[in-house]
Amino acid sequence: MLNINCPYCGDRSQKEFAYGGDATVKRPELNKEVSDEKWNEFIYLRKSPRGKHIELWHHIAGCRQWFKVQRDTVTHEIFKTAKMNEEIK
Amino acid sequence: MSQSYRLKNEGLINRNKEIIFKFNGKKYKGYEGDTLASALLANGVHLVGRSFKYHRPRGFFGAGVDEPNAKLQIQLNGHSEPNVNATEFELVEGVEASSQNCWPSVEFDIGAVNNFLNRFFPAGFYYKTFMWPKSFWYKIYEPFIRKAAGLGIASVEKDKERYEHKYEYCDLLVTGSGPAGLSSAYSAAKNGAKVILAEDKPRFGGSLLTDDVTIDNLSGKDWADKIITELKEMPNVIVKNRSQVFGYYDHNMMVMFERTGDHLNDKPKYTPRQRLWYVRAKEVLLSTGSIERPIVFGNNDTPGVFLSAAAKEYIKVYGVLVGKKPLIFTNNDSAYETALEFKKQGIEPIILDTREEQSSELINSAKNQNIQIKFCHAVIAANGYKKVRSAQIGKLNKEKTGFENIQTIECDCICVSGFWTPTVHLASQSGNKLKFNDDIDAFIPDKSKQNEKSVGASNGTFTLKKTLEDGFKTGFEVSKNITNNNISTSTPNSNETKKSVHDKFWCSPLPNGKNYKRFVDFQNDVAVSDIEVALREGYRSIEHVKRYTTLGMATDQGRTSNLNGLQLVANVEKKIVPQVGHTTFRPPFTPITIGTIVGREIDMEYMPTRKTPMHTWHEKNNAVFVDAGAWKRPRYYKQGNESLFEASKREAKNVRDHVGICDVTTLGKIDIKGPDSAEFLNRVYTNAWLKLPIGKARYGVMLREDGIVMDDGTTTRISENHYHMTTTTAQAANVLSHLEYYLQIVWPELNVNVISTTEQWAGAALAGPKSRDVLAKLFPNLDVTNESLPFMGYMEGDLFGVKARIFRISFSGELAYEINVESDYGLYMWEKMIEIGKEFNIQPYGTEALSTLRIEMGHVAGPELDGRTIPYDVSLEGLLSKKKDFIGKRSLQKEAFNKNDRQKIVGLVPTDKKSSIPEGSHLVLDKNAKLPNPKLGHVSSSCWSVENNNPFSLAIVKDGKNMIGKKLFAVSPLKNTAIEVEIISSHYVDHEGKRVRS
Ligand SMILES: [Zn+2]
Repeated sequence: MLNINCPYCGDRSQKEFAYGGDATVKRPELNKEVSDEKWNEFIYLRKSPRGKHIELWHHIAGCRQWFKVQRDTVTHEIFKTAKMNEEIK
Repeated sequence: MSQSYRLKNEGLINRNKEIIFKFNGKKYKGYEGDTLASALLANGVHLVGRSFKYHRPRGFFGAGVDEPNAKLQIQLNGHSEPNVNATEFELVEGVEASSQNCWPSVEFDIGAVNNFLNRFFPAGFYYKTFMWPKSFWYKIYEPFIRKAAGLGIASVEKDKERYEHKYEYCDLLVTGSGPAGLSSAYSAAKNGAKVILAEDKPRFGGSLLTDDVTIDNLSGKDWADKIITELKEMPNVIVKNRSQVFGYYDHNMMVMFERTGDHLNDKPKYTPRQRLWYVRAKEVLLSTGSIERPIVFGNNDTPGVFLSAAAKEYIKVYGVLVGKKPLIFTNNDSAYETALEFKKQGIEPIILDTREEQSSELINSAKNQNIQIKFCHAVIAANGYKKVRSAQIGKLNKEKTGFENIQTIECDCICVSGFWTPTVHLASQSGNKLKFNDDIDAFIPDKSKQNEKSVGASNGTFTLKKTLEDGFKTGFEVSKNITNNNISTSTPNSNETKKSVHDKFWCSPLPNGKNYKRFVDFQNDVAVSDIEVALREGYRSIEHVKRYTTLGMATDQGRTSNLNGLQLVANVEKKIVPQVGHTTFRPPFTPITIGTIVGREIDMEYMPTRKTPMHTWHEKNNAVFVDAGAWKRPRYYKQGNESLFEASKREAKNVRDHVGICDVTTLGKIDIKGPDSAEFLNRVYTNAWLKLPIGKARYGVMLREDGIVMDDGTTTRISENHYHMTTTTAQAANVLSHLEYYLQIVWPELNVNVISTTEQWAGAALAGPKSRDVLAKLFPNLDVTNESLPFMGYMEGDLFGVKARIFRISFSGELAYEINVESDYGLYMWEKMIEIGKEFNIQPYGTEALSTLRIEMGHVAGPELDGRTIPYDVSLEGLLSKKKDFIGKRSLQKEAFNKNDRQKIVGLVPTDKKSSIPEGSHLVLDKNAKLPNPKLGHVSSSCWSVENNNPFSLAIVKDGKNMIGKKLFAVSPLKNTAIEVEIISSHYVDHEGKRVRS
């Protein structure tokens, strides 16, 4: 069970969180033309990297904030967590 | 039987407390502080079971977690538990133990013919023998394997014991209380760290309990007692015995199994039997010690063959002799300690040492005591069937590949030592790739992947002096990094006998013409010859050899067999052990009970129960409840002998004819506030939301980004920037997360806040032609006429002193209202409504009638919004705005979503107007067509239409819009039905929706 450092609440057990997928995916803007290909990519295509991955987690049993986690998909090591408006490089 | 193998003065057992117990039906005596194993050995009982495959007689081999043989069925306090390790089970009054892998008895076992047929039981035996014919599996092979190879018998009774879970956090978790664990825990604790020290056994001290050493001029045991006493008094330390850390999970989540009640003769009622600890430790120190490994020789599984350290532990801890004519067989010095302990008790051991004649402190002291030592000697085979009677021994040739002269010597036990294997299971579980250490012929931890360190024997350190130094130093350093304190504790003086190096002898060769079985893995009955077969058949990877032979796959995880197995593979393959590699260790380190994993999460505590404020009223009025997620909802209110079908029909009919009341508290409710709320709703819902007036509700549909319908519900504008959203009961949590996702991530510029208010409001739906009459009496000061409170209108009112929200919305297709009050007043509201509604024939209705009413109306719900339907499929395409963008809109352009023959919702009536159509039935053209019969659609919801008095169903069917009027068959192979149905509109009642607006 992972130990996740919520940027709002601090260290909490994985039990309190829900996973939200790749955090680098950006939704195409509203009311703009989007090609089939771009939309398809947004809806269905995700990278599944071995190693570092920036992903979303939601503190559902806590502050209910979504935030970013940089995690190694092999070792589960968490390098960094950040609020949505903060950068993870 | 008297305890004829019990020593007079030795041991840590409590001789003042005698305990009577039974084994295989016979009564024995032992003492408090005994294990089942030590008590049986005190009585001279060695034969405890039969082996897994060959049904050979087996006895005790180890003295703790190392035991591969003595797995017993235990009866205690009316419950029965299989596969209990007799070397770990603490003796309690009244326990009845029995051997489990034998039939009809351990003394005479029919399966033992397997032993004589053993050439039919080679490696891969199960794969080869039980291959075909397939039909033989269930009736012949499986029962045979189960009967012949069955371990214990699992109880089918409900487990009445109590189990608990506990969560704990600490700076440092220390696993094992030998010298390494004690010293590191002590120095870390002294430096202010929050420490948990966990010891698997009942007694603290590990090897200090049996080794002839001194620390700080105290005996090992006295020093351990002193340190434990001090640790227990420190507020920053938790000291736990009978606690096995068995799992190392991500981010230093350690899971520990504590035996809290098993050892108590009179367990208090609320003391749990066992407890599972989840410990999140900043650092973990693995001081798990080492396990002696055997030397492999012929018939080495005969009862009476022991690990030499186990024999020593039986003497020192339990005051029990495992034999009175011991033969010690070793390739190193440590077995000399066992010999010396025997000698102290007036027993004359003989030592066979595989090494050349040499001297060391220990060897010399054995020589000085006139113990007979035969260097360059090995045991070839044990003689005796149910007990060692003698041993065939021989002088090894120079290359140690054969014997020069062979003789038989009498003995009643063989204590074997093939050096030590560090217990690296937890380190391996943590992700630490192990490395091979040539000096000790074993794997030790390499680089840490998590915050863990191994200290002492588990790290390959086999001297006390170095172990203590490392322990004190590591405890200090680790704690310093956490606490920033700088209080170091100096390492005490210690004394131990020096040992010379071991040799690498691990398996006695077979003399010419002899074909003794030489076991590597006792628990899974894997012999040298089995592994050789696997290699001959081409298995190379150690992982494959393991699975094919089952080497190391038993519950003892190969604690005494792994390295010898690897050594054998290496020899045959002409490799060295590190080239062969090792298999991965996985939790749990020792078997744990299912009860512990479950803990208190059973029955009522399986998950939280959500009850509405009106729950007690429902109970009093014979409600039969149904689970809706964690909620309990009335399914129907039973009158007399009514069936579900009769009751729901009555309740639904009463709504259509008069007025009904339904508890709708469970609907998800979300409060939405902020100046951009309207804009936000406009993006979330498919229809237009910018112009909803204050005091009006609107029905809305939300999609996922992929165009699939996510949920539906009504949202009401309470004031300028304040909305009240409802969701379905099932999707309440998902919808809230969905809204938060868009507000926090996609459109953070929108000034909107959302919060769940599901628990804050109690809700009651009032439905039926008479509902307005009831409403008018409930709110005499309000104008509730159709003009003042039209369909989709909203009002606030005073319900006999309680503030209430009134929504004119309908889920039943009738004139209907939903009234919300703060939860605390829910029951008050409900009782008022029932009281006032009496004269209008009000009746409560449950979820079954609720479904009937919505199905008749063609109103979609969960079964239609099943994660596969787009708005068109469920006839919600009219709610798709063309003027604005919304979540999921772009996906609706997908080609597949716009095909002409796209699936669509329809209504179904059986042509005989009688047969109920099972939900889930498939719609097909020809009920007799060859399989697979092409499926045109499926039945999503079924009811008995109270309006038309015949069955009616909703279905989603291919090209639904052109199917009206056609006939199909609804087939359900599960229920063995094939019903002819006519396809009609999904709106079976009140097509134009007049009633809701009346
Ligand atoms: Zn949080």
